[in-house]
Amino acid sequence: MATTAATFDQVSHANVDTRSFLRKYVFSTDHKTIGIQFLILSLFFLAVGGLLAMMMRWQLGFPGQAMPGGGVLPDTMAPGGILLPEFYNALVSMHGTFMVFFAIMPLLVGVFANFLIPLKIGAPDMAFPRLNMASFWIAVPAGLLMMAGFFVEGGAAGAGWTMYVPLSADPEYSGVSAGQTLWCMSIAVLGLSSILGSTNYITTIINLRAPGMGWFRMPLSIWALFITAILTVLAIPILSGAAIMLLFDQTLGTHFFLPAEGGQPLLWQHLFWFFGHPEVYILILPAMGMVSDVIANGSRKPIFGYHSMVFAIMAIGFLGWIVWGHHMFQSGMNPTLGMSFMISTLLIAVPSAIKTFNWLGTMWRGNIRFHVPMLHAIAFVAMFVIGGLSGVFMASTPVDIYIHDTYFIVAHIHYVLFGGSLFAIFAGIVFWYPKMFGRMMSESWGKVHFFLTFVFYNLTFFPMHQLGLGGHMRRIYDPTEYEFLQPLQGMNQFISISAFLLFATQIIFAANFILSWFRGKKVSENPWEDTGLEWTTPSPAPHGNWPTTPTVYQAPYEFSHPQEQTKDFVMQTDKLPTTSPAGGPADR
Amino acid sequence: MAHAHAAMRPPAQAEPGAGVYTEKLGMWVFLGSEVMFFTALIGSYIILRFAHPVAWATPGQILNVPVTAVNTFLLICSSVTMVKAFAAIQEGDQRMLRFWLAATVIIGATFVSVQVFEYLQLAREGFLPSGYVPGSHLAESAETGAAYEGGAPLPHSVGLYGSTFYTMTGFHGFHVTMGVVCLTFVTVKAFRGGYTVQDHRGVEVIGLYWHFVDLVWIILFTIVYLI
Repeated sequence: MATTAATFDQVSHANVDTRSFLRKYVFSTDHKTIGIQFLILSLFFLAVGGLLAMMMRWQLGFPGQAMPGGGVLPDTMAPGGILLPEFYNALVSMHGTFMVFFAIMPLLVGVFANFLIPLKIGAPDMAFPRLNMASFWIAVPAGLLMMAGFFVEGGAAGAGWTMYVPLSADPEYSGVSAGQTLWCMSIAVLGLSSILGSTNYITTIINLRAPGMGWFRMPLSIWALFITAILTVLAIPILSGAAIMLLFDQTLGTHFFLPAEGGQPLLWQHLFWFFGHPEVYILILPAMGMVSDVIANGSRKPIFGYHSMVFAIMAIGFLGWIVWGHHMFQSGMNPTLGMSFMISTLLIAVPSAIKTFNWLGTMWRGNIRFHVPMLHAIAFVAMFVIGGLSGVFMASTPVDIYIHDTYFIVAHIHYVLFGGSLFAIFAGIVFWYPKMFGRMMSESWGKVHFFLTFVFYNLTFFPMHQLGLGGHMRRIYDPTEYEFLQPLQGMNQFISISAFLLFATQIIFAANFILSWFRGKKVSENPWEDTGLEWTTPSPAPHGNWPTTPTVYQAPYEFSHPQEQTKDFVMQTDKLPTTSPAGGPADR
Repeated sequence: MAHAHAAMRPPAQAEPGAGVYTEKLGMWVFLGSEVMFFTALIGSYIILRFAHPVAWATPGQILNVPVTAVNTFLLICSSVTMVKAFAAIQEGDQRMLRFWLAATVIIGATFVSVQVFEYLQLAREGFLPSGYVPGSHLAESAETGAAYEGGAPLPHSVGLYGSTFYTMTGFHGFHVTMGVVCLTFVTVKAFRGGYTVQDHRGVEVIGLYWHFVDLVWIILFTIVYLI
């Protein structure tokens, strides 16, 4: 241990923090600061993406009417407050792009991987702190490039967030030239940021675990982030390559995707979804991991079936690579191939169900504490079940042919991305807020925010299933143009109003987040009475995390341990009379 | 090599990890990512060429194979010099470390220069990422449909040929350039005596990258120039 302390002192300045302001808050190499920087950046993009969705909802609910406040937009977007179809295309595309690449993905991976990995495995920082800093400061210009689309001639990219060719490759078709180019550049730059970050996460988890933190003593959040990082490192370069080829088609006159000289439009779809389906699990696995941590804490029980949870994460991570064709059933694919994609997709229901039943098993007869993170986590499980089951509809080709590219798809993606990922992100932010800032978020306002969000969220997205079954196409500008959709217009208005209320509810969260930063109740090390390593260090955690490297003696979720009579949890660093020595074979 | 690393690592302060030091592990993970990037490019090339083989000229008609073969030989030599540099510092031979690192930088830079020269030459003849330059020597030969320089006639359009050729070799060239930049830093550090028998991780890690780039080129040279 003496040598441990000596090497640790080189990075730890817990008591004498001599870093300058710039080094501490702007160009910081501290994983916690970088996590918080990502948090602020991605919450900003979450708000931007939400605002774009509100404009879309106005147009869909009240087509042809002047949008309140729409007068501030220039005539190239909304003359007289009425949204132009071209601008609506940009809204659809940029809403998807911002939410997937700049909000949910950095919220899960940028924020929580950065913040939690070293704290939960007992490392003083990431393996490559400077690379980590670079990953944030590469993500910022990528965001600026994407935002710049709205300010160039022709507007932002308008070919949908999936950028299908030839629409995205040739300005003749979409009317957007600079915006499309900016999209490709931004995605390529952001890809570099993700790859650098994930390289760091993988290396850190493999090589920097504290003594005693064996593979099967890692919390499920870390397992999920580990598998996610592997998916990111392998999937993102495919998107980067595809985006660069598309960029060359737009700017250098190459012919990868344009059919005139033999290019293959379907090649884009294959490349995009070969990245895109692992991406789906990049967006949900970390959420599942964090929810597992929170549910064990809220139920005061060890997670049910820890090992099966780990293997389910691995199975989902693997199956994610062989299902991309289910996004392309309608592309003229050979039905035999479609069948194999259908089967591999349906197989994912198995590990997903293992996880769901394990969460229920964890809560079963638990001494449940309904704190705000727990409420969000329970909502995650419920909404993930709905989103997962609607996924089964799309996975089976006979049904998908009918509902392909309808609002049923929109409902499904929002049930897994909002109902799934975003609820888990709310749970994670509230749960680890005290470790980030040393203060609690308001519990009562947190509950108000949760219940209103839960209600308005379901009112917004559930009716979309019915719209989709009624034939409402995805991405259309004005549903009232179609006679068969006119009877459904009332439902569209209902969805729009619910969406506005849902957006307004998030102001409560924003206010709670900002005000608690200054006025929240100060907390000690372990406000949630949790078992993880991060709760053994002061809140907020100091630079270097611990004065000496902690030693781990326990499995991750030792709640209500029979040998511990004084409290209902055993920290991972606690040594019980019967605990085998650190690094012993007992529970590996 | 294990004996050298055992000396350079701090005593075990963590759970057993990958069994290699962190910088090396990080480079392996990053190279995994690079493999996927080149897979995207090479996979697209395979699909495009099988679906539309008429856009490809007979090997050697447009591209200058002999010059590139020499260039390939140079790049393979630079892998050898890289290994020699690593072997030198393992023996603690600072003078040879500097010599072999400098040689690697020079050969790497030469490779990139030859590639730039090749691009300029091809552009002058009328071969660009978008295909033939209208009115150029190549475009006119293709239009006549006559045998080109004693071989088969040129394809009517080489849009896909140009697209894949420039994108694949261009990205490889970009990787070599990045490698030369990083190697220059390593070389400068070596001239300042920054590497020792005990700790020469920088030399080994950049060596891994360099060998990867070399390996990719052998694949690219085969599929882009020779077949």
